Parts: sequence; structure tokens; C-alpha cells
Amino acid sequence: MVAMDLLKETSSSLSSNKVRSGLTMLGIIIGIASVITMVAIGQGAQSSISDRIQSIGANLIIISPGAQRTSGISAGQGSSMTLTLDDATAIGSGVQNISGVAPEDTHRYQVTAKGNNTNTQVTGTVPSYTDVRNVAVDMGMFITEYQQQTSAKVAVIGPTVRDDLFGTDADAIGQTIRIKNIDFQVIGVTVSKGGSGFNNADNAIYVPITTEQHYLSGDTYVTTVGISAANATIIPAVQQDVTDLLLQRHGISDPTAADFSIMNQADIIATASSVTGTFTILLASIAGISLLVGGIGIMNMMLTTVTERTREIGLRKAVGIRKLYINLQFLIEAVMLTFLGGALGVVLGWAAALLVSKFASLTTQISLSSVLLAFGVSAAVGILFGFYPARRAANLSPMEALRYE
Amino acid sequence: MIECTNICKTYVNGDVETKAVSGISFKIDKGEFVAIIGPSGSGKSTLMHILGALDTPTSGTYVLDGQEVSKLNDDELSDLRRNKIGFVFQAFNLLPRTTVLRNVMLPLLYSDTTDEEREKRARLCLKYAGMEESKFLNLSNQLSGGQMQRVAIARALVNEPAIIFADEPTGNLDTKTSKVVMETFRELNRQGHTIILITHEMEVAEFADRVISIRDGVIEKDVKNVHEH
Repeated sequence: MVAMDLLKETSSSLSSNKVRSGLTMLGIIIGIASVITMVAIGQGAQSSISDRIQSIGANLIIISPGAQRTSGISAGQGSSMTLTLDDATAIGSGVQNISGVAPEDTHRYQVTAKGNNTNTQVTGTVPSYTDVRNVAVDMGMFITEYQQQTSAKVAVIGPTVRDDLFGTDADAIGQTIRIKNIDFQVIGVTVSKGGSGFNNADNAIYVPITTEQHYLSGDTYVTTVGISAANATIIPAVQQDVTDLLLQRHGISDPTAADFSIMNQADIIATASSVTGTFTILLASIAGISLLVGGIGIMNMMLTTVTERTREIGLRKAVGIRKLYINLQFLIEAVMLTFLGGALGVVLGWAAALLVSKFASLTTQISLSSVLLAFGVSAAVGILFGFYPARRAANLSPMEALRYE
Repeated sequence: MIECTNICKTYVNGDVETKAVSGISFKIDKGEFVAIIGPSGSGKSTLMHILGALDTPTSGTYVLDGQEVSKLNDDELSDLRRNKIGFVFQAFNLLPRTTVLRNVMLPLLYSDTTDEEREKRARLCLKYAGMEESKFLNLSNQLSGGQMQRVAIARALVNEPAIIFADEPTGNLDTKTSKVVMETFRELNRQGHTIILITHEMEVAEFADRVISIRDGVIEKDVKNVHEH
């Protein structure tokens, strides 16, 4: 009987004051939804950045030629031509724990096909490039060992190049493209990796490195050598072995004077993580502030309504209702408001995160901890400030409560 | 039924002590209709709240139906109000945006009575208080002053209390409605209810059988009214 009465009394009290209940819930809804959306955007950005970094290769170590120095003036990293195909071959045979070596010679050329033309990067490389750089072939096949040895005029193109030259999703296999006025036959199209701007893996053409050196660049140097270590833990050891080998091959005794630079994926991830970490802290503080503002909103609403209802509490006591039941009624009202508002807030925040990823093309990731935190804080604030003043009012004598202004 | 001995109530506001009631003693028997009259500030409201167990005296003893009220704790006071006392306020004090029936059933909440029984009693009391049946499901804020006071009277009756207290029940009503409400109280008294009302108007006090006049916290006069009828 008591439980039924409490439920009926609570629901009739909430439904007969729709504006008041609605406004209280609105505070809770906005507070929770904004926290969930903010954190979802932040976490989505972080995970999409680390995914992109993973996609450039597995346990990758990259060697670039060093800076060219002419009487003390540096022309910048990568400007000198010190790395050769032989260096790459030597690394492949002379260093332990390597699962693949992929020398690359990359230049930008104007490329034409069927009257369309584009300017893109042409990478001369070897078959193991697919493993080292995490490149997969969507249609056709990648450069083979035979094509590499015979300097075959074949090309594997990225999806962006395919779209530019042959039209979106056109079948490019077997077609001919002209690079520097030399005809190449398209033998494959790579899987899209996403990404944009400078080093866009989708806007690239891959040809055998021997072909590139003989017909396009005309030299024997390479622009980078990618090395894939057998596993992540031995990356530093492999990096050291490669450094030693190259120093010895280039006849340099002082490691600080090396004519090449070497970096690994762990370094890149560490740098990017510190960037996304800052980003997450930023978003977390925005979320924290929304939570604080939302919490204060809930507190205000609860405090004003209960103060407003002190007379009602007085009346209930005056007709002989024990304060336990009055306390319970207000507690249940606060719980119902915060939980209903909280549930709506979670749904709204989730929907907002989905909309953001759909229309703003930002990856979002809803995190359970943010949902729990937002829900927990607003529920705690709502219940505390809904219940505590009611309890205080129920402890007054009925006359004091009835006279309350 | 009611026995007060030397009841005092002092309000403390900062350093200033105000004596609202200073030593009042009287007896009221079952079935009496008593009006407590006095100008504003005479302490009659304070006395009424003490008698209605809405407030406790600073000193003195108050025995209601053989129970020493000044010794009860908060929950016992609630139970006493619920079981023995019906209160009608000057400001009606109905729950806003709530139906007439729910308002009348309020004192029956959290009791053992079934929903059907509560509604039956509420309907009975509303008819008793002269409320039209067509208005039973109206919201309380859609009623006129007279109708609100009838609802309040029905609410005071619904627990079948031993005593009905009315604090300036006609204070917010026009003369014609006042008369009707007072007739209702008379009728209740005729049926055996003990009624104590406070007022500052002599015309209202005329309806009672006994008039206690209060001035400056003490009893000035305690006289029987002689009715023609």
C-alpha cells in the first residue's frame, strides 16, 4: 500500500507540474549529452590518428638520406643523395630480425592517360613494399620480382589516381598511362587507405624501382628505405644494427656526422600521442566544465523547486503524513527526474555523436566511462539537491513550513 | 476532551523575545462549538496551532483526548493530527493542479485503507461539505474561493477526526459564502463534531455556542452564546 501510494503520489506530482519537471530534466539532459558528445569526439580523433599511423606500416623503420652540406650550409634533410639500392640490399642480407626491406625512389611527374592528366608522386619500389608499408592491392596485382628484375614498364596506381585518370571506380587494369612520355601498363589498383594532402598513399603510382631508375629518374639513388622489423620490441636493436651497417658502408666513424637519418614508427606514434593527448585534455576540460555547469543548473532547479514546495511539505505534515513518507516521496521524485533525464541525455549525446560523425566526417567513439561519469555526477547532484532541502523542510514544524515564503 | 493548563509560547527572534501566548488555561468538552476571537496579534492563531498539534508550547501542558500532546515526538504528532484532528486553513492550502478528489484523499495516503474505500469516503465527505459532484474531478485551482473551502472542509472530515479546527475559515470569502460555510460548520456540530474556530469577526463567532476572547496572550472573556433557535 505504502509503495503504491508513493509511486502514485510521485508520478502525479511530476506529471501535474510538467513545466517544472521538464525544465529540471532539461538541465540534466543537456549536461549529460554535452559531456558524452565532447568525449566521443575527442576519443574518436585520438583513435583515428593512431589508426592512420598504424596504417603506414608495421614496425616500420625509415631511413632517409641526410642533409647535403656545402661548406657548412645545410640544404636540409633528404637533400643529399647518399642512399643507394645497394645499401638497401646490404641491409636486407646483413641485419638480423628484419621481415622486409623496401627501398623507394619517389619523384613527382606529370601523368597522362586518355587525354586526362594529373601530377602525382611516382614511387619506384620492390615487391616487399606491400608488407613493409601496409599497402594492399584491391584489383589486379602488385609489382612482381620478375618485373622488378626485368625493369618492366608496369604500374600499380592508387585509387585517387585511377579516379583522376579513368573516372571514378573505372576498370583501369590493362589500360596504359604515360609517365614522362613513357607508356606504362596498369597492372593493379591499391586499396584506399584514406588520408589526404602531402604523403597521400591513395594518390600515388608504384612502378618497379629498376624501371624508375632506368627510365624516369636516371640515377641510382633512393629517396627512402623502409625496413620492417620482425616485431615491435626489437625495433631499437634493428635500428642500431642498420645505423652501424650504413655508417660502415659509407665510411663514417662519427655517428653524429651520419649522412642519413633514421626514425621508427614508435617515435612517430609517441609524437602523435602527445598531440592527441593534449587534444584529449582540452576536450576533457570542456566536458568537465559542461558537467560543472550542468550540475549547477540541476542544483539550482532542484533547490528552487523544493523551496517553492516547502508549503506543500507543510500541508502534507499538517494533515498528518509522517516525515518519512514525505522524504521518500521527494527522494523518489529526484531519482525519477535524474534517471529519466539521464537516460534521455545519454540517448541525445549518442545521437549527437552519430550526427557529428555522419555530417562533419569526424570519427567519434562513445566511451562507457564518460557515460557513467556524466550520468553519475548528474544523478548524484540531482538526488542530493532534490532530497536534502526536502528533508530539511520536512523537519520543520508544519506551521513553520506552511508560513515559508 | 481538551484540557490546557498554563500554556505559554515564546518566539525568539535574535535577542528579542516575543510572548505570543502567556499562560492560558481552559477546558473544552466533546461536542462543543467554540469560537476563539481576538484582534490580530492577540495570540489566537498561535493558540490554535498549539491546539491543532501543528506547533508545540514553550511551557504548560496540553492534554487532548487523554494524550499529553506536549510530550509527543514529530512522528507521534503526525499520527495524532492524522487520527484525531481535522484542520481548515484560512488560505485553504489545497495542492495546486490536483483534482478535488485527490486533495480530499490526501490525509488517507500511506494508510491501510484501499483505494475504493478512500474514494468512497472522500465522495461522502465532499457531499457532506456541500460540494457539487460534477466538480469532483476538477483541478483545485479551477475552483472559486467558496468551493475551495468546501474541499478543505471535506479534507478535514475525511479522517473522521474527533475535533475540527478552523483557522479564520471565512477570512478569504465574501459575506454570502462565509454564511454558507459557517452553516456547514453548524451542521457538522449538530451531528456531534467538536469544532473550534478562530476569527476576528463577531458575526462569525455568533455561530458558535461558546466564545473565548483573547487579548495580548491571555483570556479576556469566556462566555456562552445564547441562540434563539
